[in-house]
Amino acid sequence: MTESHDAHHQGDGDHQHEHPGVQPDGQPPYAQRIRAIEALLIEKGVLTREDIQRSVDNIESRSPADGARIVARAWVDPAYRARLLANPKAAAAELGIDASSVTEVVVVENSDDVHHLVVCTLCSCYPRQILGRPPDWYKSFNYRSRAVVEPRAVIAEFGLEVGDDVEVRVHDSTADVRYLVLPQRPAGTDGWSEEDLARLVTRDSMIGVATPHVEMAEARA
Amino acid sequence: MDDEVRAVHDRGGRPDAGPIDRTEHQLEDWEHLAEGISGALSAKGIRCTDESRRAMESLPPDVYESLKYYERWIAGAEIILIEKGILTREEIDAKVAELDQRWGAG
Amino acid sequence: MTARFQRGDRVRVRANGQRGHIRTPGYVRGKTGWIEAVHGEFRNPESLAYGGDGLPKRALYLVAFDQADLWGRRYRGAEGDRLTVDIFEHWLDPVGGDND
Repeated sequence: MTESHDAHHQGDGDHQHEHPGVQPDGQPPYAQRIRAIEALLIEKGVLTREDIQRSVDNIESRSPADGARIVARAWVDPAYRARLLANPKAAAAELGIDASSVTEVVVVENSDDVHHLVVCTLCSCYPRQILGRPPDWYKSFNYRSRAVVEPRAVIAEFGLEVGDDVEVRVHDSTADVRYLVLPQRPAGTDGWSEEDLARLVTRDSMIGVATPHVEMAEARA
Repeated sequence: MDDEVRAVHDRGGRPDAGPIDRTEHQLEDWEHLAEGISGALSAKGIRCTDESRRAMESLPPDVYESLKYYERWIAGAEIILIEKGILTREEIDAKVAELDQRWGAG
Repeated sequence: MTARFQRGDRVRVRANGQRGHIRTPGYVRGKTGWIEAVHGEFRNPESLAYGGDGLPKRALYLVAFDQADLWGRRYRGAEGDRLTVDIFEHWLDPVGGDND
């Protein structure tokens, strides 16, 4: 049964959104509101400080380095790569990355024929349990608007060019599936250790606005 | 034929989009708090992600477009907490005033 | 699960003016694509968003579109470029061979 209500009439008709400006101590009004909400929720026993800290720690403990380890393992181990494509959450768990709270993860693999780009036009859906917090630009209106209609221009803005002989495939994450790009292993990395390979895998390459390349490692050295 | 009125959060393919600002910022304490409270409310089953999205989408379009990312989360959380009768707007306003007196300018 | 559609089926996304919390973006409404994959069954966000339980679960599909079909001349890219969106079954209608 579909319940579709006009959301503008969900009891919020009298909500005033005043913006009195930044307070003398530099805190924006919404900072004050969330602190007030925090204090009230704790006072009323709705949440404990530990509940909040646990949630903060959860997101803070995730980072693109986790995704990079998954990619590097897939590059060196074809059997792992197959398991990753078939069941990404289980493959992540093999490396100690707990994505069990994500409903579903799909890994999309770049090839000589296809380059993938991930976006959430409706909000900011992102594989947070594998990559951590999304970058500000991923959540921006301009990325959300343009990634679907002019992905090549967006990718070029990030400094990456994809030839016309390669399909650019955009994935708009509109439901409970989170997408992770498995980039191609760059040339010139034969015999590299997993650790060194993982260092090439950037967050942006797992979103699709970049690809890993050896010069990155050299730049960092 | 598109007889649909686009909701404010439905951003795909809007014609007036500009260059993508790639500046990344470190989260302020209050933004961490917004994340933490959001996550905790979900983890305890007090509200689900779909409800929080719906709440944010219900903000007046000019507000939705002018608020920063975590400000939208906070506005949305407030809507849901009030809707569910967990907090009232008056309580929140009073607590804001109380905290402001305690820690505010001076 | 009983999915109405299978991989390869051509489908058109409904454009019914529905308001409220929906997860089918405007830019695909009324457009024709094809089923690339069947994700499985998921709770309905349109119900969950208003405190419902989202049951019964509904089939969710990976629906693919040719970018040229979505945007027409506005699309600047390669002919083979595609876009996918995750869409629930109740937003999709079958497209027959000569319906387009």
